[in-house]
Amino acid sequence: MTTEMQPLLRVRELRTWFHTFSGIVKAVNGVSFDLAAGEVMGLVGESGGGKSVVGYSLLGLIDPPGKIESGSILFDGEELANAPERRLREIRGREIAMIFQDPMTSLNPVHTVGRQMDEMLRLHTELDKKARRQRCVEMLESVGIARAEERLESYPHQFSGGMRQRVVIAIALLAKPRLIIADEPTTALDVTIQAQILRLMRREIRQQGASLILVTHDLAVVAEMVDKITVLYCGRVVETGPVRQVLEAPAHPYTRGLIDSIPDPAHRLPRLRQIPGTVPDIRALPKGCAFRARCSGAAAICSEVEPSLVARAEGQSAACHFPLVSGETA
Amino acid sequence: MTAMLEVQDLRQEFRLNPGLLDRISMKGGRLHLQDRIVSAVSGVSFSIAKREVLALVGESGCGKSTVAKAIARIYRPTAGNIRLDGQDIASLSQAELLPYRSKMQMIFQDPFASLDPRQKVRDIVAEPLRAQSGLASGEVAERVAALLAKVGLNTEHAGRYPHQFSGGQRQRIGIARALSVNPGLIIADEPVSALDVSVQAQILNLMMDLRDEFGLAYLFISHDLSVVHHIADRIGVMYLGFLVETAPRDRLFAMPRHPYTRALLSAAPSINPTRSRPEIELQGEVPSALALPSGCCFRTRCPYAWDRCAQERPALRDMGDGQSVACHLTDEPQRDMP
Repeated sequence: MTTEMQPLLRVRELRTWFHTFSGIVKAVNGVSFDLAAGEVMGLVGESGGGKSVVGYSLLGLIDPPGKIESGSILFDGEELANAPERRLREIRGREIAMIFQDPMTSLNPVHTVGRQMDEMLRLHTELDKKARRQRCVEMLESVGIARAEERLESYPHQFSGGMRQRVVIAIALLAKPRLIIADEPTTALDVTIQAQILRLMRREIRQQGASLILVTHDLAVVAEMVDKITVLYCGRVVETGPVRQVLEAPAHPYTRGLIDSIPDPAHRLPRLRQIPGTVPDIRALPKGCAFRARCSGAAAICSEVEPSLVARAEGQSAACHFPLVSGETA
Repeated sequence: MTAMLEVQDLRQEFRLNPGLLDRISMKGGRLHLQDRIVSAVSGVSFSIAKREVLALVGESGCGKSTVAKAIARIYRPTAGNIRLDGQDIASLSQAELLPYRSKMQMIFQDPFASLDPRQKVRDIVAEPLRAQSGLASGEVAERVAALLAKVGLNTEHAGRYPHQFSGGQRQRIGIARALSVNPGLIIADEPVSALDVSVQAQILNLMMDLRDEFGLAYLFISHDLSVVHHIADRIGVMYLGFLVETAPRDRLFAMPRHPYTRALLSAAPSINPTRSRPEIELQGEVPSALALPSGCCFRTRCPYAWDRCAQERPALRDMGDGQSVACHLTDEPQRDMP
């Protein structure tokens, strides 16, 4: 899928910090990645890894006390980091759309679905009223909602959770954005509904040729959805690369640990391999590698020097002083 | 040998009480006051042997948590028997239940809501002990320290409050509290679903270690099939308040027989998407428990359903090998051909 040379999105050394009374939370602390047109990337990690904040930063949705401290977000050559709000509003929805986790709260409960869909087209396209309505009906049908014409008059509470997420996806795709950021889009849904929604997202996004950043904690969803994976830990990229390669031969001990923590029905072990300890307090990260306290391979250098992201293999990079060789366990 | 837990034909209904105006209607020229009843659990039977782990899986609204709470007697069951170590507790009053509470304890899903924020850890863990035993305070303190050590916390944690702990640590506190009275059965309602995956593995390992050490039986409620595969000896699949299939773990994963089980297994995403694509793709959504479909609960989404399924409710039938299925397809396997 990665055919174009110039990436659609180029993020460099992004830093998004939150200035709280109890210290500076460096939620995103020097994150870089590229995303080609049509590419699907999974942004994964556990709570506090900074994955959602990356997504919000791209859209300029960081509210005080949060702030993009430094770094660059080049979207199709245009700098979005600290771009004026007026410009960001033009881009949101039209160029970059967002799908949020909770379909219960991301729709406005007091407006009909039709009105919320129409708003997107009214703001971002030149279509007249009739054409807009036509497009809304088509979009609802393509996300699998029957009697679309009628359903435009319904309010969000009249839909089930899965149907609401379909509406949210329909709204996100309406203006044909080039990049979609989906933040845990199926986490609130049941597994059979999740399968329906993932299939739908894959099909629609591919059809439109859009790029997708899928923010999730669920490696299984990532394994089935994305081309490329970026793993975050404590606000930094610890590993990135083609999804099959990273999942089969992770180079960073944290990635290895995440994969091993998931019970695998195909290879049941009497005990799960676990990552010892817990995520450190992000307001007081230790010097050196943030993962070293939980890492069995840590040595003296790990508490002194923060490892930088180094290319390991074709397209795969890891930030570790002692990267794992293929097949090695952490 | 008596089973640790034996549940027979458990039913749990809830009466919805919307406003009077919503319930009132005209029928034949007269005012009619209508009750709206949700059948959350419609006749579920199973048993758990000592030291056995039975997992109930299913999607939201299938009644798995309601079964757990009815057995823990947080609810009063509408009908059915719940025999805990031989004694039927389904219709006991809360006061009569008290002596049996030490045989059965519960671990909850949300480690943030299930611990009293104003109690110190030592008091949280000691509370069931104080209610159940006549231990002197020195003995209680000793036992609390021993329990905390068992779940991987240390004595200095005893004087802290729940908010000073992470989700995984709080779940450990909840486990220590459940263990305090030496129960034979622990009911765990989605104990790891609120946790990050690396912490989830820690808690699952801990629960397995404790089972080996104390000979615990678990009723493990979860929606996550990979977790269930790891921890359970036997699995029951629920749909819309019915148990549609039960089987030993490996049997269920190797040869699921109910169409819903097959759909559920094939819908679960896997980190190794090498296996074949979904065998059954479900369309549509779960019907409302306010108006159960006639006949088979699953027929509205089942790709195999035929007229018999709308007329006759299939009973859970033993297929041999410990596998039981509630599906008419077992009578007419030729319909299962593609």
